[in-house]
Amino acid sequence: MAITGVLRPGFVQLRVLDMEPAIVHYRDRLGLSEVSREADGRVYMHAIDDFDRHCVVLREADAPGMDYMGFKVKSDADLDHFKSRLQALGVETTDIPAGEQPGLGRRVSFVAPTGHRFDLFADMEEAANPPQTKNPDVYQFEPRGMGVCRFDHCLLYGDDLDGTVKLFTEALDFEIAENVTTPDGLCVGAFLACSTKAHDVAFIRHEEKNKFHHASFYLEDWSEVGKAADIIARYNMSLDIGPTRHGITRGKTIYFFDPSGNRNEVFTGGYMFYPDHPHRNWDASELGKGIFYYERKLNERFLTVVT
Amino acid sequence: MKIFKIHVQDGTSFSCRSDQPVLIAMERANVSSISVGCRGGGCGACKVRVLSGRYRCGRMSRAHITEQEQALGYALSCKMYPESDLSLVHVRQAFGMRDIEEL
Repeated sequence: MAITGVLRPGFVQLRVLDMEPAIVHYRDRLGLSEVSREADGRVYMHAIDDFDRHCVVLREADAPGMDYMGFKVKSDADLDHFKSRLQALGVETTDIPAGEQPGLGRRVSFVAPTGHRFDLFADMEEAANPPQTKNPDVYQFEPRGMGVCRFDHCLLYGDDLDGTVKLFTEALDFEIAENVTTPDGLCVGAFLACSTKAHDVAFIRHEEKNKFHHASFYLEDWSEVGKAADIIARYNMSLDIGPTRHGITRGKTIYFFDPSGNRNEVFTGGYMFYPDHPHRNWDASELGKGIFYYERKLNERFLTVVT
Repeated sequence: MKIFKIHVQDGTSFSCRSDQPVLIAMERANVSSISVGCRGGGCGACKVRVLSGRYRCGRMSRAHITEQEQALGYALSCKMYPESDLSLVHVRQAFGMRDIEEL
């Protein structure tokens, strides 16, 4: 089946405490490029595999975390289609006119039951330096820092996990690729795909609404995860855990924090998910291995530290 | 650059340079009296209350340290630089491993 409807994560807008160290982090360490700084203070950044203008938006604020995550849909008509399906599920939607972010078309915005805001969009201006399409080299410009290819997904923490999973599966056609359940059937974690990735967004049950666990960026292979670890050590960046591997999604990964305490992941691998595949399930009692396959034990910081 | 002694109410102590965040000095001293989270002033895991001493702070999440709390001597120790010897108590956050294990 070709991918239709919701195509992929498009961008994430993150709050940072201090803009300058945040720019150094995302530009020089992760390897994004600064696209623009706007009059309202927001800074827009591009990853080397992006055909679209930007994938990360940074906003200075007095508390870090995620403002919202944007998903790209295939056509403008899809925006109206998903808007009506959201409303049919009782979800309130807000229309955001084109141009609220530079180069971005109109958006349909909603707040999921876990308290997180998501925006759907169909059009974004082409990047100034997109990947080549005619006899393309592997890259136009040598990657900087970790050289992340793209913004890949977010993991988010919130209370009404069932409500958010219902919204994403019933109104937006996401599939549950993998989940974690307790013996009495309570879902405590859900990994959702709109594409053939093992996850395009994931949620963990948590007592507070609208918490941000991490934004993840894709690397080409396992050796690049090691190179990322070298950079984290070289610049005394705040390491969370890794390099290691997940049981859930099978991604090979390292986690660290930006200078404002927002967690980042850079990872590679993971299985392909197709819509005919059954979903994979973990018992909560096996969560240690599910989260960190090599360590096989729970890690308090990874499970509880959020912004 | 000066070196100060940081005393935590659980009885541990360690040295911290004036240009070094208290939490980072604690980690380097292999002490674990204060929970280590993001180390960026964002998550609130390393919240402390200062019982005595002088210090300065970088920017901290207002979701975890309100202006009023800051005035009362609360801080995130990852963003806290000593200007004298300090005596601290760790303010543990409610949500922890116990809650996860009960799931």
